[in-house]
Amino acid sequence: MYLGIDIGSSSSKAALINENKELVATDLINMGTGTKGPDETISNVLRLAKISRENIAFTVATGYGRVTFSGADSQITEISCHAKGVSFMMKGVRTIIDIGGQDAKVIKVGNDGKVKNFVMNEKCAAGTGRFLEVMARVLGCKIDELSDLADKSTTDISISSVCTVFAESEVISRLASGAAIEDVARGAHLSIAKRIVGMCSRVGYEPVIAMTGGVALNSNIVKVLSNELESSVITAPHTQAAGAIGAALFAYEKGI
Amino acid sequence: MENKITSKQMLGELLEKHYKSAIEAKANGKMVAWATSICPQELLETMDIDVVYPENHAAAIGARKCAPEFIEQSEGKGYSSDICSYARVNMGYADIQFSEAENIPMPDLLFCCSNICNTVIKWYENLAKNLGIPLIMFDMPFNHTYEVPEYSVKYMRSQIEYAIKKLEEITGKKFDFDNFAEVMKLSNETCEWWKKATDLAVNIPSPLKGFDMFNYMALIVCMRGKKEGKELYKLWYEELKEKSEKGIGPFRDQEEKYRVMWDGIACWPNLSVTYKTLKKYGINMVTSTYPESWNVRYETNDLDGMARAYSSNYANRNLEYDVQNVSKLVRDFKLDGIIYHSNRSCKLMDFRQYEVQRRVEEETGVPSVIFDGDQTDPRIFSEAQYETRIQALVEMMENNKKAGRDK
Repeated sequence: MYLGIDIGSSSSKAALINENKELVATDLINMGTGTKGPDETISNVLRLAKISRENIAFTVATGYGRVTFSGADSQITEISCHAKGVSFMMKGVRTIIDIGGQDAKVIKVGNDGKVKNFVMNEKCAAGTGRFLEVMARVLGCKIDELSDLADKSTTDISISSVCTVFAESEVISRLASGAAIEDVARGAHLSIAKRIVGMCSRVGYEPVIAMTGGVALNSNIVKVLSNELESSVITAPHTQAAGAIGAALFAYEKGI
Repeated sequence: MENKITSKQMLGELLEKHYKSAIEAKANGKMVAWATSICPQELLETMDIDVVYPENHAAAIGARKCAPEFIEQSEGKGYSSDICSYARVNMGYADIQFSEAENIPMPDLLFCCSNICNTVIKWYENLAKNLGIPLIMFDMPFNHTYEVPEYSVKYMRSQIEYAIKKLEEITGKKFDFDNFAEVMKLSNETCEWWKKATDLAVNIPSPLKGFDMFNYMALIVCMRGKKEGKELYKLWYEELKEKSEKGIGPFRDQEEKYRVMWDGIACWPNLSVTYKTLKKYGINMVTSTYPESWNVRYETNDLDGMARAYSSNYANRNLEYDVQNVSKLVRDFKLDGIIYHSNRSCKLMDFRQYEVQRRVEEETGVPSVIFDGDQTDPRIFSEAQYETRIQALVEMMENNKKAGRDK
């Protein structure tokens, strides 16, 4: 078996690929680098596959915590791993939008599933999962409730601040002046989408566009993004584990 | 047996001499000027005015991790953190006037040429007002056409002539045109050796480590018009040539796996980590826009040529020039990739960086990455983000190499 582990800033993901290059199991723990998250997710995925550590022929680590993680045979960036993972699961993808906890990236992929070019967010939380966490807190809802909330929006509101801290105060003052929280939630999504559209344009996006990362679970954002890009955005299967699956595929190639 | 001095030793000694002699000159009542890095220093050299370069001084302070003190001083006075960090360090230094890293004497004269950026205009005007000293300003309009237009050459030439008169007024001395011719000749020779040395990096493997170029660069700024400068770059050239003829690469303990260009200024406070991360993956930075920046060449006594040369700095040239210039470096130096430093300080360089990246990629197909950093402000750079981008570049370069091998 071949193990891929994606250690992010706020979560850890693991995936197993067998000798026939089939996906056997994936797991996710909402604890990232510097916690026991990486070890736990590995234990979980091994349990799911009913195997032990000794059955792992090769391990590839990716994500922000890949450099400090000692349990891997090799480490590869999340950029290449997302491209690999998505291209394995979906055919014809040319552009990948990955929005994680602390970064957002747009990757242009070739026919071979290899990275042609990519753009990452600047050193700033705008357009990342962290931005949504802050917004959910201000709106008094859970992060996974944002999508349903935004779906009910009837009026367009734009959040103009790029800075997460400024956007937080902007949202507070909008709410204070009577804006509906549904509209503000959608406004926050639109703010992320606009940021991502800029990155897509820089990289020169082409369909098919797939989305990965935790934020892709927010179906309203996916909808808003599709609108803004005037092109359909498809949420990748195993969206949060796409990087780990890519890492497992690299492990398969390196180990076999 | 005669112990031959190496260029590295010579560089160290000359740098020390540069700063020490400026401080002594000031103490002895000699006139000291502060000048921008690519200005007609020939005029100051001719007039025997001692010159120090705030940009270099700020870089030295940054490299020795002493910048925060001066940045805080400037920001405390009300200068925005969005202003160039060289300017913030220097304006802070103008107040504090001491650094454990390196010291320069306070100026009697300011000499500013806007061919490198626009911030220098306000920065030097500010210094002139605060210090109550004369400022000679060379207004160097941006070249929106590919070639430098003739009216720009005329405009610049007239400013050189005006500066000569102003210098005569300020010093009370006559400008010596014979000496000027000598300085022009010498300055051109120094530039020639600088260019020849840095051009040796076209060889595979490159005998030159690009981060060494960042170090040697100090004196192409500070000693371009002095014979020691010429001797240094000639010696450096000879050493590199010998290395290259013997097939010796940049690293003692590993091979040069990938050859890249670095676009933009170094991250001086993070010099070591930015270098080591590249080396870890076998990357040698073989070139940048710097070799050409100080290739300020013209015929002796040709004032039009001199004007054109100063106006021709790449930062003052249009987008198409920048794209062609970088694309040419990709071909000449057989680059595998490009690293673009999105330098928070340098609005001029960042302004068109994304578009240059896009067009150069279109033109050459070579992969590239952009990372966030700053030339002297250590608060902007993130080591983990830098490494992820560099590693992703390596993965793209490796894919290309593999595709090349499979063909």
